[in-house]
Amino acid sequence: MEAVFLAFVLMLSIFLGFELISKVPATLHTPLMSASNAISGITVVGALISAGNGISTVSTILGALAVVFAMINVVGGYMVTNRMLGMFKKKVDPNAKGGKA
Amino acid sequence: MSAELVNIGYIVAAALFIVGLRMLGSPATAVRGNTWSAWAMLIAIVVTLLDRQIITFEWIIGGAIVGAAIGWWAAKKVEMTSMPEMVALFNGSGGLSSLLVGWAALYEPNNTLFILITIALSILIGGVTFSGSFIAFAKLAEVMPGKAIVFGAQRLVNALILGGIVVSSVFLCLDPSVTSVWLYVLIGLSLLFGVMAVIPIGGADMPVVISLLNSYSGLAACAAGFAIHNNILIIAGALVGASGIILTQIMCKAMNRSLANVLFSGFGSVKTASKVEGEAKPITAEDAFLILESASSVTFVPGYGMAVAQAQHVVRELGELLEKNGAEVTYAIHPVAGRMPGHMNVLLAEANVPYDQLVEMDDINPRMSNIDVAVVIGANDVVNPAARNDENSPIYGMPIINVDHARTVFVLKRSMASGFSGVDNPLFFGENTRMLFGDAKQSIAGLVAEFKS
Repeated sequence: MEAVFLAFVLMLSIFLGFELISKVPATLHTPLMSASNAISGITVVGALISAGNGISTVSTILGALAVVFAMINVVGGYMVTNRMLGMFKKKVDPNAKGGKA
Repeated sequence: MSAELVNIGYIVAAALFIVGLRMLGSPATAVRGNTWSAWAMLIAIVVTLLDRQIITFEWIIGGAIVGAAIGWWAAKKVEMTSMPEMVALFNGSGGLSSLLVGWAALYEPNNTLFILITIALSILIGGVTFSGSFIAFAKLAEVMPGKAIVFGAQRLVNALILGGIVVSSVFLCLDPSVTSVWLYVLIGLSLLFGVMAVIPIGGADMPVVISLLNSYSGLAACAAGFAIHNNILIIAGALVGASGIILTQIMCKAMNRSLANVLFSGFGSVKTASKVEGEAKPITAEDAFLILESASSVTFVPGYGMAVAQAQHVVRELGELLEKNGAEVTYAIHPVAGRMPGHMNVLLAEANVPYDQLVEMDDINPRMSNIDVAVVIGANDVVNPAARNDENSPIYGMPIINVDHARTVFVLKRSMASGFSGVDNPLFFGENTRMLFGDAKQSIAGLVAEFKS
């Protein structure tokens, strides 16, 4: 029964995802992709549970490795997205050569 | 913390992910959207740590510090021009994590058949995402050749690998022991399949591959979510999966090809285009300057070559000089220019090009015949008129920016070599085309110097 419930959640989420993303302007495709890439690092939650539930030494080590890789994905993904989005802001940069026309 | 409280935390996180993604859809709110989604991640992590299931913390803390440090360092150091490679690496990293989570879940006693199937799926999708992203990284970073690698028995080999994956998954589900040889066979074949899936795809198709792998990493997280009964993984994974698929579709449409065509036929491997004969007409920087100086409308068409030459800053400088000179300046951006969706927009934004000067293909094409000078900077396939005229061309039917309709076209190019797709470009031999040979950055800098003197 739980499987059915989870499948239900899955179905709704997919439809929601389609609705959310379908009208994003081309300019934002890269940040969007990189942000959703960071979100896919949600697998870190699974990794934390595997690394911390103490079922066996091997599974703990596998979980810890999973935490490492998921954290690279999460931290790197969000920071890179933030850096990119920072460029889209109209900024007054004293170091920039030449002024805006 | 009880399971109910943890799940309430997950609901809050899911809501924030959804709102964050929605805000990422508009330039005005995108930064906040990203922040909200980062908060969602933090909430999900914190409530998980408070979960009663977790009894030891040493490994978690160690792993989290190492991973966060690597991610932080990589994100700080990466050049904007190498963003596609970096996104591919991050993506592969997430895939590997899902594989490991699936693997670790096998140690759980009393897994039901349904859970075992999802474990096999998370190992499979995670593995394909990891090795596929890694190959995409290698191609983008030019560690390996970007051209499509195709060999005769490819389909047969792929079918065999796929068969092997099915067989090993079935045996793993029947005998779910962590020492089962089928586990290792499944991991190995999944990794191999990721490699095989990406090598036949050429450099110019990379925007499609990157979006698709992004989608896979979401689906891998989804499968891992089923394997450990965690609904936040399923929700967030499905959102990513759906968004990746939409981007993939947009990219395919921009190339007028089906996804199957992109995935299974290496670019240029199906048909051979009619040979283009003709003589290219080179131009010097001084002559190019004289034409630009008298132009009243100039449009720049950037491509991957601009990223390679790091020319975005000098291009912006030239654009400003032209504007001061009274010309109307635009930047025409093809949806698949560059190596990831929106690649050129990011680079030009980095160089402070005003947002309103960026125009999309469908907006610029109708008025192309009124443009005095179109300057093609390191773009090739996206301006190749063969896509309109030559039915035998592998890129026939792909919508292009019709620079050949402009009064004059400058093509900045290192040499006469063909583009990533390996297709000849009749544009170079056009009546109104002038070739400005040399490194794009130096050529543009030369023009800027002419303007200033």
